[in-house]
Amino acid sequence: MLRFQFIGTVKLGIKSLLLHKLRSVLTMLGIIFGVCSVIAMLAIGEGASYEAQERIKKLGSNNIIINSIKPAEESGQTASTRGFQIDYGLTYRDGARLQAIPGALRVLPMRIIRENVRFSRNEVPCQVIGTLPFYPAVVGMDVVRGRFLCEMDELHENNVCVVTAGLAQRLFPYQDPLQHAVKIAEFYYRVVGIVRETGTAEQRPQTGQMEGEPLDNNVYIPLSTSRVRFGEVLMKRAAGSFSAEKVELHRITVQMEGMSAVETADPQIKQVLNRFHDRNDYETVVPLELLRQAEATKRSFNMVLGSIAAISLLVGGIGIMNIMLASVTERTREIGIRRALGAKKRDIITQFLVETVVLSIGGGLIGVTVGVVIPFLITAFTGRITIVTAYSIALAFGISGAVGIVFGLYPARAAADLDPIEALRHE
Amino acid sequence: MTASALQPNAMIQTVGLEKTYVLGAENIVRALRGVDLAVTQGSYVAIMGPSGSGKSTMLNLLGCLDRPSGGSYFLGAEDVSQMDDDALSEVRGRRIGFIFQSYNLIAQLTVLENIQVPLVYQGVDLRDYEERCQELARLVGLDDRLDHRPNQLSGGQQQRVAVARSLVNDPLIILADEPTGNLDSKTGREVLDLIDRLNRGGKTIVLVTHDDHVAERAHRVIHMKDGRIDREVVNRPVPETPEATFHHE
Repeated sequence: MLRFQFIGTVKLGIKSLLLHKLRSVLTMLGIIFGVCSVIAMLAIGEGASYEAQERIKKLGSNNIIINSIKPAEESGQTASTRGFQIDYGLTYRDGARLQAIPGALRVLPMRIIRENVRFSRNEVPCQVIGTLPFYPAVVGMDVVRGRFLCEMDELHENNVCVVTAGLAQRLFPYQDPLQHAVKIAEFYYRVVGIVRETGTAEQRPQTGQMEGEPLDNNVYIPLSTSRVRFGEVLMKRAAGSFSAEKVELHRITVQMEGMSAVETADPQIKQVLNRFHDRNDYETVVPLELLRQAEATKRSFNMVLGSIAAISLLVGGIGIMNIMLASVTERTREIGIRRALGAKKRDIITQFLVETVVLSIGGGLIGVTVGVVIPFLITAFTGRITIVTAYSIALAFGISGAVGIVFGLYPARAAADLDPIEALRHE
Repeated sequence: MTASALQPNAMIQTVGLEKTYVLGAENIVRALRGVDLAVTQGSYVAIMGPSGSGKSTMLNLLGCLDRPSGGSYFLGAEDVSQMDDDALSEVRGRRIGFIFQSYNLIAQLTVLENIQVPLVYQGVDLRDYEERCQELARLVGLDDRLDHRPNQLSGGQQQRVAVARSLVNDPLIILADEPTGNLDSKTGREVLDLIDRLNRGGKTIVLVTHDDHVAERAHRVIHMKDGRIDREVVNRPVPETPEATFHHE
């Protein structure tokens, strides 16, 4: 019995909405915009945080990265200044000491020197990274062709190098890189392998002189070769002035056994290093920490987006309530007639509630459709990653339905509480 | 008063019916001051009286649109004076047919749908009642206009739709509030003829009017004044119908 009545009420609700098509569509707009902005914003936020997390994950979540940084008081009066030479940063001995940290699997030293790399007429500004053969295993890098550096290269200070795929493309547009040598400063290095570019933060120039250059222009040479060919003291000439820096190692990456080891090792590393570095000439970067921070950022980001979306849905809900209140006034007489002919209060409530719920659910459905299309368009036109999650759709849709009920309840009650006699007399 | 004290074949019986409106601390309006009225099965009663005499209040109470402040009201065998809102809605939907002065059709519904409105709240499958609705439309001479909207009909036609609607639930009584008030005399006569026919068919009818010519058609005319029954005129006797005692067994 109730089923027929309910179906009848739903039909009635849809019918009276169709009677005022423009009004219904305008009322729905608030919900449509609310829902589609929730989904689109969350999709963009999700995509951005995904990108950030991927970047951080490539640093290796088991790694702790220690960078040499130029100390703040480098103006020339400090004890370390001999003539015009600045002496700072990590040393080979630091590398050896860090090996003793419990849980440390491998300690990877790196010298990172900015130099132009030439082949034939092509000259590309690069980071020349002097490092050890197990580099790919620590930072997670794939050898595409040939091989990476080996123990023999290190032992014999061989003039060999491995280039990233992007750099190979730029230096050797027509030739096979593996059969040629590149010139770095005044020496030639035979190309023995190509590694896949990762384009991640780990190759970002530390001192940041050349912003805007591609990040994947890396050349890897044996650490020993780097030491022999470039020396410990790096000279820089800029606008007629000299500067010389003595830096043994630019970076040490410590690979830990597992994520739990990372957390305990970070303070220990600082403790070990601080004993030999009285100035603040190094920094540690813990990707795991960054990952956690990124997740925390994402949470607060989502909260901000969520509250913006909630506000827009609230506004949409108020719009619905406003229209429904107007509709109740407009249809006072109809309500009176229905009450006189046997409608109970709850029949009237259902009738008006169905209308608001149809409005908000209908708006929600359209909003979901638009909200799914927008991130797709953003990805197509800007190349940004966007991720539409099922939970954002469920959230938006659920809220829109709830808004319909919450904001429909008051007008519906107002309609049901009308005195039938008064309502019948209403003009 | 108990049910045993009721008149045996009364379809409507009020005992000391009172209605008081409290409009403010000092402003109390006693619209009805104890009305005893019995309407027997199959009778046709007209209620007349000047404005303010309480006849509208009487009709609202008889129609279960309002609750009395005192006294009791028996509709059929049920005491409806103490019922709650839901129960009163139920009674209105099942036992009472309304005909209003201003027709009170729902503008966005068709003739057929308007006739069906009382059924919607009975929770029945409307498809089972399609034939009955068409039959009622034929009775009031509108079976060719089932898909029309009220604004496509004349006043007389609209009032005939309202008559059909009042019958759809097979009610115990039909309450008509100035049914011809908005109609010209010719269409008014047509509607009254229709109501006469319903009464001859056994329907109990209570009609409120100003018009002596309308009241002439009733078996009894109740004149009200100052919230009381002033006098009662019997035009002609109520014909005995075989169903007369049936409802009270």
